[in-house]
Amino acid sequence: MIFGKDDEAIKRFEANMPLPEIQAKNFNQSKPLHLSKVAIVTTAALHPVGTRGFELGDSDFHYETLPSHARDLSLGHYSVNFDRGGFAADINVVYPIDRLHEFAEDLIIGEVAGNHYSFAGNQSETVSDIRMDSGPDCAQKMLIEGVDVVLLTGT
Amino acid sequence: MCPRTVCTLAHVFEAAGLSTVVITSMRGIANRMGVPRALHASFPLGRPLGKPRDKTFQSEVLRAAFDLLTEPKGPVIKNFPISISSIEGEPLISRFSPKRSLNNYAASEEALSFKPVYDRTCLKTARTSVGKEISAEDIPHALQKFARIAEGESWEKLGYTVASMYCTSLDVRSYYEEVATEIAENPISPWATEQWFYEKTDAGRIILEARRAMRDNGVDKSVWFGLVPAGRD
Repeated sequence: MIFGKDDEAIKRFEANMPLPEIQAKNFNQSKPLHLSKVAIVTTAALHPVGTRGFELGDSDFHYETLPSHARDLSLGHYSVNFDRGGFAADINVVYPIDRLHEFAEDLIIGEVAGNHYSFAGNQSETVSDIRMDSGPDCAQKMLIEGVDVVLLTGT
Repeated sequence: MCPRTVCTLAHVFEAAGLSTVVITSMRGIANRMGVPRALHASFPLGRPLGKPRDKTFQSEVLRAAFDLLTEPKGPVIKNFPISISSIEGEPLISRFSPKRSLNNYAASEEALSFKPVYDRTCLKTARTSVGKEISAEDIPHALQKFARIAEGESWEKLGYTVASMYCTSLDVRSYYEEVATEIAENPISPWATEQWFYEKTDAGRIILEARRAMRDNGVDKSVWFGLVPAGRD
């Protein structure tokens, strides 16, 4: 059986995954959702079609900016061990941007952020570059834009 | 690994003052990392919203995730009540299924025959994940090279590096999986396009045969192992 279908192998992988030590663990209450501006941040390494995207390996910690209207996106994640057909069929199964717009139209959320962001999920064990460099930088961009809530998805 | 990176980002963003919600299939990672808010969605890897082309289901997942924002304190992890199996989905059904050949070079013809479907898919969705190493136009030539590797030629003499061969095989798979989503007559079940590619097409067969040939010819495992999903021989 392939790894991605083997629940027991995935559970072992999950249990043995080294994790970074997080010192500060904040928990911020948000405004009511119907008044909040929401952004999506995904670790599926999405990037605009035709651009370089992300490097192979675990040392590319940059992030891509995905304008809210952009749908011409590539799945830049290099792993062969997850289901890629879902994204090929429907971008929203990884990056639910159309659903978010519908939630705004239905007044469930206040507003869809103008920009969303994408990182590569394959990082070093300590995830240190994202923790200390690109992650905080991305957070500042969202704060400047007035984002209140971030929805995080991965592959 | 995505679940670790997603949970790390949640902490980084909360430290900056934002409120976060994570959707993850790996509850144990979210729990060990003390992620502020996580919806554990027991779905196959690669499908955090569960079901492609199912707006209602995706909206339910999203609503459950956003409900966590009303929790008074954290960390908080809740389970989405519906699980999706990785193994119980229906295979891909299509009247346009390819006819497999024993000719190693048939894969190039097969890829060419799918090009109009691929182009139509790209036009419809405005996106493609082909292009990590080669373009869609290069797919037939790449399959000829894999056929030569399957017949024993050296991957290095064909001009590949480990990275370029890996990315080329991923481009071929993306090309075919995007075609599969266009010709499918049933919902795209987890792993259905992957299974269709490796088990029903000449392209999938030839990449598997190239990989076997490298293994049998003593090529280092680091060169060929990652060309296909772990466990698929």
